[in-house]
Amino acid sequence: MSTTPAAVQPVPRGGMTRLVGRRLVDWLPAVVVLVGVIALWEGLIRALDVQAFLLPKPSEISRTLWDTRHELWAAGWFTFQEALGGFLLGSGLAILVALVLARWRILGAAFLPFAIAANAIPIIAFAPITNTWFSPLNKSSKIVIAAILCFFPVLVNTLRGLTSVNPRALELMHSYAAGETEIFRRVRIPTALPFIFTGLKVATVLAMIGAVVGEYFGGALNALGVLILTRARVFQFDEAWAGIVVACLMGLVLYLGVVALERATLRWVPSTSE
Amino acid sequence: MSVVAIKDVTKRFEETTALQSIDLEIEPGEFVSLIGPSGCGKSTLLRIIGDLIEPTSGTAAVNGKPARQARIDRDYGIVFQDAVLYDWRTVAKNIALPLELAGWDRGRRTAKVKEMLELVELSGFESHYPWQLSGGMQQRVSIARALSFDPALLLMDEPFGALDEMTRERLNMELLQIWEASGSTVVFVTHSIAEAVFLSTRVVVMSPRPGRISNVIPIDLPQPRTATTREEPRFFELVTEVREALHLGHDLERAPA
Repeated sequence: MSTTPAAVQPVPRGGMTRLVGRRLVDWLPAVVVLVGVIALWEGLIRALDVQAFLLPKPSEISRTLWDTRHELWAAGWFTFQEALGGFLLGSGLAILVALVLARWRILGAAFLPFAIAANAIPIIAFAPITNTWFSPLNKSSKIVIAAILCFFPVLVNTLRGLTSVNPRALELMHSYAAGETEIFRRVRIPTALPFIFTGLKVATVLAMIGAVVGEYFGGALNALGVLILTRARVFQFDEAWAGIVVACLMGLVLYLGVVALERATLRWVPSTSE
Repeated sequence: MSVVAIKDVTKRFEETTALQSIDLEIEPGEFVSLIGPSGCGKSTLLRIIGDLIEPTSGTAAVNGKPARQARIDRDYGIVFQDAVLYDWRTVAKNIALPLELAGWDRGRRTAKVKEMLELVELSGFESHYPWQLSGGMQQRVSIARALSFDPALLLMDEPFGALDEMTRERLNMELLQIWEASGSTVVFVTHSIAEAVFLSTRVVVMSPRPGRISNVIPIDLPQPRTATTREEPRFFELVTEVREALHLGHDLERAPA
């Protein structure tokens, strides 16, 4: 019997192309939009003569970004460490707890409703509390609020992934007389990975929110949230905006880090493009 | 010694009786098809043989052992309607999965995977991922996986049901070649009368509500079966016989109690 490999689709592109995900040409529309929006912003402010305290021109923001780059970099790095710490702590714990809850169903039944409920409440409201648990000047207070923020979406997504295994795949493992540990290792965890990454991507955003907003409620002088808040209070809006831009960039870095990890891990998925 | 011995097996799911007093013995080297309309319990019976479902009463034995022990000893391989390949494993690693679980070392695994790929004519595809294969190729990988550890018994639950007619007929031929080469016993669940007659040495006709065996038809077509088997008058006679048995089962169900 002959088998023609002709019907087979090509092997996916490897290496860096896959990590970056798309070719530069694919990014072109997005770049055009970005440049267009910035140009429109600049143009409208000039044309309508909007006051700088309402909305500074992009050109002013970028000049301030450059002029205060040392201060911004230090503040951004400080806050990034808090966000990263909270992200790692919260997500790591969430994955561990999800594994325990999925392994022992009775625990899952007992705790899952609370996890889902907690996922729906504005946990950032607790930031003033964590600020009093630890010193507001201490990174720990922000790491803890960021970790709590990250914990629930990662927990819920991981659990969903661990329990959404094809029943046939489980029957197959049972037919091989595989034990629960083997089933977790070889079926449940690989099945859950795409779900875990979805949770982690949500968590990166929440980690930055936790760190920056936590600092709004009080933090070290060289923290990004404090910098944005104090500059806005004294009407140095270009500096406040420069701080916001840095916060956005930090959030993006964290997010893209997770995306790169996802692409490197989920090599079997035909397309992980966003 | 029978490969499969089902004695007075009844299976109830809450109010429904899926299987009622089933007796069935299957001898080494047989190719037995279970055929019947939806709800006749043929897949349930297959799962009881594989100890994936426990009977409510009665006993199932495989290779002279209780079905549970046979499962633990990995006496059978199973193939489902979906290939159920693990997306994150390459073709070679999918086939090697039961061997990993059985603790084979890497060298033995590689050699066996190579042999199995030759058997299902997929050499050269070992590093492909499942999504890169057609449905028929995926099902061939799943058959290779089921046979990789040389089980005495192969359980197949409508393995070609999701494939187009041409692919199905080609895989029917391949399956018979594999069956002859491996010498294993096959229990094959299907909806297709022609498929059952073409493949089997015996066709077990089942009827629903409650699921029971209504007829057992020996298939005396000469071995090995070839492409021309489907054109022989005897083939059509047997197809008619199975069809009538199926309808009889259906009529019995309709007849007043």
